[in-house]
Amino acid sequence: MNRIDQKFKELRDRKKKAFIAFITAGDPNLKTTEELVLAFEGAGVDIIELGVPFSDPLADGPTIQASSQRALKNHVNIDDILNLVRRIRYQSSIPIALMTYYNPVFHYGEKRLTQKAKTCGVDGLIVPDLPLEEAQGWIRLARQNHLATILFLAPTTKPLRMRRIVNAATGFVYYVSLTGVTGARRQLSNTIEECVFLAKRLTNKPICVGFGVSTPPQIKAVSRFADGVIIGSAIVNAIAQNQGKKQLVKKVTRFVRGLSKNLS
Amino acid sequence: MSLPDKKGYFGEFGGQYVPETLMAVLEELEKVFRGARKDKSFQRELTYYLCEYAGRPTSLYYAKRLSEHLKTLKVYLKREDLLHTGAHKINNTLAQVLLAKRMKKTRIIAETGAGQHGVATATAAALMGLHCEVYMGTEDISRQALNVQRMKLLGAKVNSVTSGSRTLKDAMNEAIRDWVTNVHNTFYIIGSVAGPHPYPFMVREFQAIIGREARRQFLRKETCLPDYLVACVGGGSNAMGLFHAFFNDKRTKMIGVEAAGLGLASTRHAATLLKGEIGVLHGSKSNLLETKDGQIKVAHSIAAGLDYPGVGPEHAYYQKIGRARYVAVTDQEAMSGLKLLAQTEGIIPALETAHAISFLKRLASQATRNSSVVVCLSGRGDKDMGTIHESH
Repeated sequence: MNRIDQKFKELRDRKKKAFIAFITAGDPNLKTTEELVLAFEGAGVDIIELGVPFSDPLADGPTIQASSQRALKNHVNIDDILNLVRRIRYQSSIPIALMTYYNPVFHYGEKRLTQKAKTCGVDGLIVPDLPLEEAQGWIRLARQNHLATILFLAPTTKPLRMRRIVNAATGFVYYVSLTGVTGARRQLSNTIEECVFLAKRLTNKPICVGFGVSTPPQIKAVSRFADGVIIGSAIVNAIAQNQGKKQLVKKVTRFVRGLSKNLS
Repeated sequence: MSLPDKKGYFGEFGGQYVPETLMAVLEELEKVFRGARKDKSFQRELTYYLCEYAGRPTSLYYAKRLSEHLKTLKVYLKREDLLHTGAHKINNTLAQVLLAKRMKKTRIIAETGAGQHGVATATAAALMGLHCEVYMGTEDISRQALNVQRMKLLGAKVNSVTSGSRTLKDAMNEAIRDWVTNVHNTFYIIGSVAGPHPYPFMVREFQAIIGREARRQFLRKETCLPDYLVACVGGGSNAMGLFHAFFNDKRTKMIGVEAAGLGLASTRHAATLLKGEIGVLHGSKSNLLETKDGQIKVAHSIAAGLDYPGVGPEHAYYQKIGRARYVAVTDQEAMSGLKLLAQTEGIIPALETAHAISFLKRLASQATRNSSVVVCLSGRGDKDMGTIHESH
């Protein structure tokens, strides 16, 4: 069983929800990323979504765009990040999904990436600009390597299409809480619960909600009906604010613990 | 077989590489577009605006003095520069604005490099009474200040883009982000044969009028077809607009002229088809300028409209099957092409178009005597006066 599936099984048995933390690999540097992942495990984080930086992240808002730019200034590439995961695996078995745009994947080679990701201990892949229609080859390769193919549902996804997506998704289904890019929002849409409920009627796979979820009350509200929440920009912002400080890992971890305890 | 196929591919190029949020609107757009193509009342309305408002058909002008100068070539200019707003872009924006109205969208957004597409979009939006916002990189805002003023006068909001290279690529990123956010009421008018399906298909269809007219006009004047078609290629809409109607005329050779910037051997150029590799950017698979890690490189051209690290997928397909040949012309050569046309014909072309003109000198040395060539004179050069002045 894949580490992501195992994690959700364990959480379900304990009637708990998943806290999924996104960080960009290499921001501010790979060493810090490694320390953050290890520290997060003890701070209530269930799954790590590790961002592979891309020059043109069109599904991301300013916070993650800036983070990608910082990582790219360090010339971080896929091989560096796979090696990072390999190093983390000596010390931790926290589930890790890679989040990256399609061009770096395509350029690296889908086959090569899925094989190498598996050997390095990656558990799943998230590619926000690869909708179901274009994802067939990639899904097949990921399956062969027991990697979860985490697919997106959006508020604009129609019911028939929703069914096809949840059928093809493994690991969990990523529900995009709003029409828009990533980034903290003051208010969440009031249709999320209804949409998650709709998706749940189609599948037993975990439905996790991301995009725009950042504050304790939002986490509390969303985790009541979803199987997990994905927090990105809020954490990335905390990293940005502590750039260059010795206490970065400690401070960001404390911030993350403060968020994760709000899960219902 | 007519391309693109059902999934929006031209051979291996094209497709729909966008976030899930946009899939529903792309599907709806394709349906509305296919419906409109067959709908006589839509076609009538579009034809009305193209003829009465924009000034179609444009003339196919025999450039006598330029031809004499080049000696071996008989040059015809397809005068898209004479259209309202000064470039071919209006063909596409008028059509897409009519589609937006059909889809009951109240807000129009666009990206722009040279500002020509931005101006054409702002114009069409003003004409139809729709709210318009244009994304433009700060780098382009400073080198195309005249067009920024025009857009503002037309009532459009110009959003400056400060991310990345601050040019067309980044303007397009921001436009897509806006679209994902406001997809319920917003219509995104892409200005080139790029982006996710159905855009490359749709923009080609709306620009194909250039080639249809040129073909008919040329036949009438010369009772044969031209030996060559030449057009500049950034994203590639004016070139595809000229080429498409001639696809089956196998004896007519097509040449797309890319921007070689400071030279193909330098890193500062925008020759995507000559120097790029296959990849995915802005929703479609095509040729790209990218690093060994699959990061998008910054392009360079003196012509803002060619300053883009990608290219329309159908051009990548034309190159792959050998239907068109692609060449490149440097900033400096383009500048001398501009002067050549200005001084032989009294026409100041846009810097983008000047790339196509400049290539004629090279073609003239290769072509057999009396070869005929149709050049798409895609836009006029008023907007470039600042840049031209600086380069002196």
